[in-house]
Amino acid sequence: MKENIPRILMLISGLLLIGLFIFPMWRITLIAPQYPEGITMFIYINKLGGDTPSTIQNINILNHYIGMKFIEPDSIPELKYFPYIVYGFIAMSFLFAWLNKAKLFLFWGALLILVSCLGIYDFYLWEYDYGHNLSENAPIKIPGASFQPPLFGIKEIINFTAISLPHISGVMAAFAILFSLIAWRLKLKIGLNEKSDSIGSQLHPDTLMHSVA
Amino acid sequence: MKNLKSVLSFSMLIAFGLLIAASCNAPSANTRSGVLSGDVASQVYVAPGEYDEFYAFMSGGFSGQIGVHGLPSGRLLRIIPVFSVDPEKGYGFNEETKPMLNTSHGFIPWDDAHHPELSQTNGVTDGRWIFINGNNTPRVARIDLTTFETAEIMEIPNSGGNHSSPFTTENTEYIVAGTRFGVPYPQQDVAINSYAENFSGMLTYISVADDGDMDIAFQILLPAFDYDLAHSGKGKSHGWTFFTTYNTELKSTLLEVNASQNDKDYIAAVNWKKAEEYIKQGKFKEVPANYANNEYSDETHMATSTMKKTVRILTPEDCPGLIYFLPTPKSPHGVDVDPTGEYIVGNGKLSADLTVHSFTKMLKAIENESYEKMEAGIPVLKFEDVVAGVVPEAGLGPLHTEFDGRGNAYTSFFISSEVVKWKLGTWEVLDRAPSFYSIGHLMIPGGDSREPEGKYLVALNKITKDRYLPTGPELCHSAQLYDISGDKIKLLLDFPTMGEPHYAQGISADRIVPKVKKFFALEDNQHPFRAMGEKETRVERSGNNVHVYMTTIRSHFSPDNIEGVKVGDKVYFHVTNLEQDWDVPHGFAVMGANNGELLIMPGQTETLLWHPKKIGVYPFYCTDFCSALHQEMQGYIRVSPSNSNIDLAWNLGEEEPVQ
Repeated sequence: MKENIPRILMLISGLLLIGLFIFPMWRITLIAPQYPEGITMFIYINKLGGDTPSTIQNINILNHYIGMKFIEPDSIPELKYFPYIVYGFIAMSFLFAWLNKAKLFLFWGALLILVSCLGIYDFYLWEYDYGHNLSENAPIKIPGASFQPPLFGIKEIINFTAISLPHISGVMAAFAILFSLIAWRLKLKIGLNEKSDSIGSQLHPDTLMHSVA
Repeated sequence: MKNLKSVLSFSMLIAFGLLIAASCNAPSANTRSGVLSGDVASQVYVAPGEYDEFYAFMSGGFSGQIGVHGLPSGRLLRIIPVFSVDPEKGYGFNEETKPMLNTSHGFIPWDDAHHPELSQTNGVTDGRWIFINGNNTPRVARIDLTTFETAEIMEIPNSGGNHSSPFTTENTEYIVAGTRFGVPYPQQDVAINSYAENFSGMLTYISVADDGDMDIAFQILLPAFDYDLAHSGKGKSHGWTFFTTYNTELKSTLLEVNASQNDKDYIAAVNWKKAEEYIKQGKFKEVPANYANNEYSDETHMATSTMKKTVRILTPEDCPGLIYFLPTPKSPHGVDVDPTGEYIVGNGKLSADLTVHSFTKMLKAIENESYEKMEAGIPVLKFEDVVAGVVPEAGLGPLHTEFDGRGNAYTSFFISSEVVKWKLGTWEVLDRAPSFYSIGHLMIPGGDSREPEGKYLVALNKITKDRYLPTGPELCHSAQLYDISGDKIKLLLDFPTMGEPHYAQGISADRIVPKVKKFFALEDNQHPFRAMGEKETRVERSGNNVHVYMTTIRSHFSPDNIEGVKVGDKVYFHVTNLEQDWDVPHGFAVMGANNGELLIMPGQTETLLWHPKKIGVYPFYCTDFCSALHQEMQGYIRVSPSNSNIDLAWNLGEEEPVQ
């Protein structure tokens, strides 16, 4: 049983990624005096949403005063191709769990870290674009003001406090990375133990005695 | 010496005079506040941003509306338009709500609303709906408590002054409507002084379906007494309704004297479960009638008015056991049933005593057929057979009684201007507190249900006089809040109310708050003239009718420039509010409209009819400050001569019209 733990962890890592299609991976919350309960946008792997069905419309209405582009999910290609990348990771996790090789577990985790970093960088680029690429005809212009939401953490944007944090499936993806790396380490350790065990059993005098007895 | 003496006595005289003047002119704190003790301010203080514990629904009386207040603060939260037009909200002005005020007499912009009544389940207020009667042109209304809007109005035929209404049965199977004024049935041209021969009184039972839909189930044809107030039984008396009567003298003139002659009038006890049996057996007459049933839909955002053409009538001679009369002293006003359903309190308004009947004794008297006499084919039970007790000389002019659920009753005394607390069963008076001035109804949240929430009592006073800063001859009515959680009644607060509140209802806020709608989902909008997005906005002409399919979103109308309208056209602005957030209504008003404004909630479509009479260019604008760019939310409509051949054109944000 114990020797199966790494491949089970690898399998769990893949399953955790399914969460990306069910739960938001990131959230941006805007708080202002008129929005005491906050207005929260959720970012999924394949769509944008919010705490109400009309959140995106409401954020766009707020953003139009400063000439920010409308957030239109259809115009964000990442929402279309990112799911395929995640499908790939899930399929790989199943395959690697079956093949049960430490190197493959490491490869999977490392690749997911790389892709996540690229994803976060991409997120930053979008935020930069929304925050800086403002309409010439904006009703409200504030020279020098930055409207770019924070990548991670809290930032004051004129009258709003913007909070950007990973959400449920983002945390699940982080655990997927962690588990794959643990799987790698465990697998390595088991591999080493197996080697040392087999050597030990051949050389240890007690075992020799027992086998003789 | 003599001189000194006279000076002394003269100055003493002045001092004495001043003392008298002081005691007359300056009302002491005690007489005007009824001795406030302890820190009452903190008991009614609801900190900024905090919620009140209770909703209070106060009838608007001659305003025709309902005022929604919070308790204990007394703050006014909203006026719900019911029977009267309300230009603030466009109610009765926009095309969608005009049918709500349709009657067999045509469109009526006003009524006199008296008694709000919350719906109940198992005798407990459930926060689904509140009903209220229209007294002048007999009607009842149902208000939806998810939207706080009037959802349905039912006209009551064969009635004249719907006062003993709309008191509910324990599961809101029915609400009732008893006529306060006898009228000829059927209506006919007869001498007024033939009242006793030609006039009738009608009690009406309106069924309420699970979705709230109201229907007149049956009417009961009775002598032309004035059916004043009512309450349905609860618990053991579930299945019965009790109506007070006055003018059992059957007079039509100088009633203040002529209708006050009989030593006892009646409480009419109606066995409505028996009525249901008679309906099933077909013992009714289906007679022609003409009455309006108006329903508002949250899907189409429109009201429709349907004229109903028949009504079922039961008569006591065909239906034995349907109704009994309980003799009750001196023109009883309110009739109130205690939470157990056993005691039926008759508030004999021209008496000093309160008469309390026993439901158990009433059933026994009926079983024994121990009748004093028959009146118009209806058995009159013997007073001593049904009376449970009398609260002797508790005050002057008892009008109404509510209950606290701890075995106590609270009765309003109009003439002696006070609330009197007394004990059910022992009939002893426990406490009394003055009201300022001349209390009519009183209300304890759930105080007429099986489970009163006996923390506060509200007095609804008829006379205001010096309670507030003076505002000329006309004053707001005044309500008073008392703490009744302890042994003593404690006055906490005065607050002004809209119109003349008669009855009121209160309910724990948590029975309503979770169900309250914040806006209407645009995707559910089924209005025939909706525009679901700016791409659907357009202007269409059919003959002289011009239909503008317009939208609002912060902060513009689409379209905001309209041309091609001609003098003599009828222009319908169908405005859909595309917003989907709480508290973002947009308003719409156009210059010169002989009409009100529109106030459109998110997801709603409303229509303003405008008759352009003169050529020119007329501005329209948003009337509800909606955003930082609200002042910019404006547009123009051009009116050309009736013979011009300018085509319809409309645009938004373009110099040239786009179509």
